[in-house]
Amino acid sequence: MLAVAPVDLPFTKRTLANGLDVLVHEDHHVPIVAVNVWYHVGSKNERPGRTGFAHLFEHLMFEGSEHHNTGYFAPLQRAGALLNGSTNTDRTNYWEVVPTGAVDLALWMESDRMGYLRSAVTRERFETQRDVVLNERRQNYENRPYGLALMAVLAALFPPDHPYHWMTIGGADDIRTMQLDDVQAFFRTYYHPSNASLALAGDIETSRALDLAEEYFGELPAGQRPEPMRADAAVPREIRLVLEDRVELPRVYMAWHSPAMFASRDAEMDLLGDVLGHGKTSRLYRTLVYERRLALDVSAHQSSRELSGFFLVVATASPGRSLTELAAAMDAELQRLIDRGPSEDDMERAKAQIEAQFMYRLQTVGGFGGKSDQLNAYNVLRGIPGFFAADLARYQQATRDSVREAAEHLLRLDRRVVLSVVPRGQQALALPGSEPVSVS
Amino acid sequence: MGADRSRLPDVGPDPPFTFPLVVRHTLPNGLRVQTVEHPDVPVVTFVMQIEGGAGADPRGREGLAALTADMVDEGTGGLSAIEVSEALERIGAVYDVDVGADATVFTLTTLSRFAARGAALLADMLVRPTLSEADFDRVRQLRLDRLRQLKDLPPAVAERAFLRLVYGDHPYGHLPIGSDSALRAASLSDVAAFHGATFRPDRATLVAAGALLHEELFRIAEAEFGSWAAIAAALGAGPPAAADLVPEHAAPRLAIVPREAAAQSELRIGQLATRRNTPDYHALLVMNAVLGGQFVSRINLKLREEKGYTYGARTGFDWRRGVTPFSQQASVHTAATAEAVREALQELGAIREVRPPSNGEMALAKASLTRGYPRNFETAQQVARSVAQLALYDLPATYFEEFVPRVSAVETADVTRVAARYLDPARVTTLVVGDHGTIADSMDALGLGEPQLLPADV
Repeated sequence: MLAVAPVDLPFTKRTLANGLDVLVHEDHHVPIVAVNVWYHVGSKNERPGRTGFAHLFEHLMFEGSEHHNTGYFAPLQRAGALLNGSTNTDRTNYWEVVPTGAVDLALWMESDRMGYLRSAVTRERFETQRDVVLNERRQNYENRPYGLALMAVLAALFPPDHPYHWMTIGGADDIRTMQLDDVQAFFRTYYHPSNASLALAGDIETSRALDLAEEYFGELPAGQRPEPMRADAAVPREIRLVLEDRVELPRVYMAWHSPAMFASRDAEMDLLGDVLGHGKTSRLYRTLVYERRLALDVSAHQSSRELSGFFLVVATASPGRSLTELAAAMDAELQRLIDRGPSEDDMERAKAQIEAQFMYRLQTVGGFGGKSDQLNAYNVLRGIPGFFAADLARYQQATRDSVREAAEHLLRLDRRVVLSVVPRGQQALALPGSEPVSVS
Repeated sequence: MGADRSRLPDVGPDPPFTFPLVVRHTLPNGLRVQTVEHPDVPVVTFVMQIEGGAGADPRGREGLAALTADMVDEGTGGLSAIEVSEALERIGAVYDVDVGADATVFTLTTLSRFAARGAALLADMLVRPTLSEADFDRVRQLRLDRLRQLKDLPPAVAERAFLRLVYGDHPYGHLPIGSDSALRAASLSDVAAFHGATFRPDRATLVAAGALLHEELFRIAEAEFGSWAAIAAALGAGPPAAADLVPEHAAPRLAIVPREAAAQSELRIGQLATRRNTPDYHALLVMNAVLGGQFVSRINLKLREEKGYTYGARTGFDWRRGVTPFSQQASVHTAATAEAVREALQELGAIREVRPPSNGEMALAKASLTRGYPRNFETAQQVARSVAQLALYDLPATYFEEFVPRVSAVETADVTRVAARYLDPARVTTLVVGDHGTIADSMDALGLGEPQLLPADV
């Protein structure tokens, strides 16, 4: 049995007069500082017909701002920084990891684009980045095997007016018809201190970090914090779909609605994902890949988001094996877990891994998933920046029974979306009764 | 009072950074054991680097090194494949294998308090794998199926074809996963023979880095790997390493892997350059940073930020002990294929003399390589892998300390000299994985000659 490690992520928080939350975590073991900014806006804030906008906007944030009206990268790379940004359904984040001596520069740059972006967004920059995003979509979705499958799953799982109906990259036609005028309104609504959170982690004294945050961000005007959103969705029956793609082997996706991030049973669903699909010991791998050789890969994953979550199980059929045979074996494993829950040994191993993962998460100050990113995640999505230990406790408190009960309530075999992805022209390989869908 | 926005703030001096102290030992069986203390988070990483990666695959058995690497966690002693995984999970371990051209690198990260257990499992797996026929058959089939799937993945198709084009039948000329026919021809006895010949302590380096004292890390390594039997001298050195064979292959100017109705063209434009331990290494890094090694490089600014042809374009070296390829990589909109190739070729040529790096480009490239250098030493795993690389590429123990001064000393003339020496637009191979029918005419107009057409599984 793994003893509980004393794991924590200490911090200091101050909220500036304009509403900007500032979080500071000291870690002096390498002379670098991570600067991380979250804006509480993502593709969930878009409307049907205008999808992909939040992400395109993220691109524009790297093109320059009023007082440094050329590319965002050059001054920071010249200072030895690593930097990036990303958009998902719920939030947009931006980060720099800089040598200690370049903290001022990073904060100047981040604050300038938070406060003074608008005049820098020209038609030419807008149109070029629209082309870049269309190419990003081609590269990561259209020209990639199974790349459009999740779009089809989400579109079926969430109704057309639900904020999770579309993927963050957006529809290709929506991206093509985006207007420069929309940029200004979007910036005004979502990009201001009251809708943002700034985290600094690394080789910096807390008092200095707070002073610098005030110096660079304090002057920016407050905005109005957008109203929290709500959205409901349910799948009343089993929906079977088939998508043709340029692939060699058929694959099946099974998806269910599941709890939102940090909600009741969210941790249980995470543990279920581990027990079902993580590593060679998992139920699905052991049965489908190792013992029966029906599948060449499997995965199971709780994808928890702010408004709701979805649980996804995926398996690719081995050559010569049918999706029908594969899906039946998957259902049998799901049913076994629903009936009996995980074993004590399953739970011990899953918890040991999660506890170790929490420790590994404390190794880096910046970048995606580093300590600065985690502080902002807890602050923005949970309202409690110090949620690290409580987050771990959610998993430690889960039991065989609570996991089994979550599986029983949430993984109903008669209420889910089941998508078959089959090679072009071979719809007969799909599960029986599947309706063709097309995604583009 | 607000910030002064009339100018960017000055950047302060780089704080001093002390590179990790590496303590080096050699066990009586020949195994190099290197330890690094990395306090802060109670985590330990073991990196076992075994010389002889995909470049050591025997001819006709391409994929054998990777197959062998895959077999070592399939059971050891009394433990089945599943039981090995269970044991790793109980200590929260993250286990990873990377089969490179010159070495196979096994990495195991665990919590400090499980360090001894982690090392014991690693030793059991690497030194005493079960290698059963049933596991072999399953693992090989999974790799064959994976290979089949890769035919639909343009970047993988391009990587595979590009190596083949620039190396020909040199041992570096294939991906670690190998080929369908070679995997089918492989047998369990091939795996056992490969394991016996390459998994030997005198050709391996173990790096242990983490929140334990040097002596503790060494004691753990010695306890678990000290009994690994040395290979009798009679077995000798084996065949020459891939790195020692000089590729002598005339690569074509233009090759196309047709992919009908592809939304984008996957590009690889490049040629063989030089070895990782070349004295020109630091100048080449600066050249690459100017050309395509970072966001604000010439090729990315041109193809992405100016033209919008791609989500991103970059250049890089796929470093090896032996002669290494340099290439530009991008996935571009089909309609922009020929134009993107033209621009890329122009940039590869221009840096040699027409447009040498400006002072501003030199300053930016050098600063971006040097000023951020300490962040590469943040985690135990980063440290362990960096230290292992020194052994792989015969780099001196002073390598980390010398990195920043050496890059800083690179001058414009050094960059144009290495560019002239290693980048030859007349010898460059352009590979396109894309919609041949749509791009054929515009590609013809580039004057690269008749394209060599290749299948997706060349």
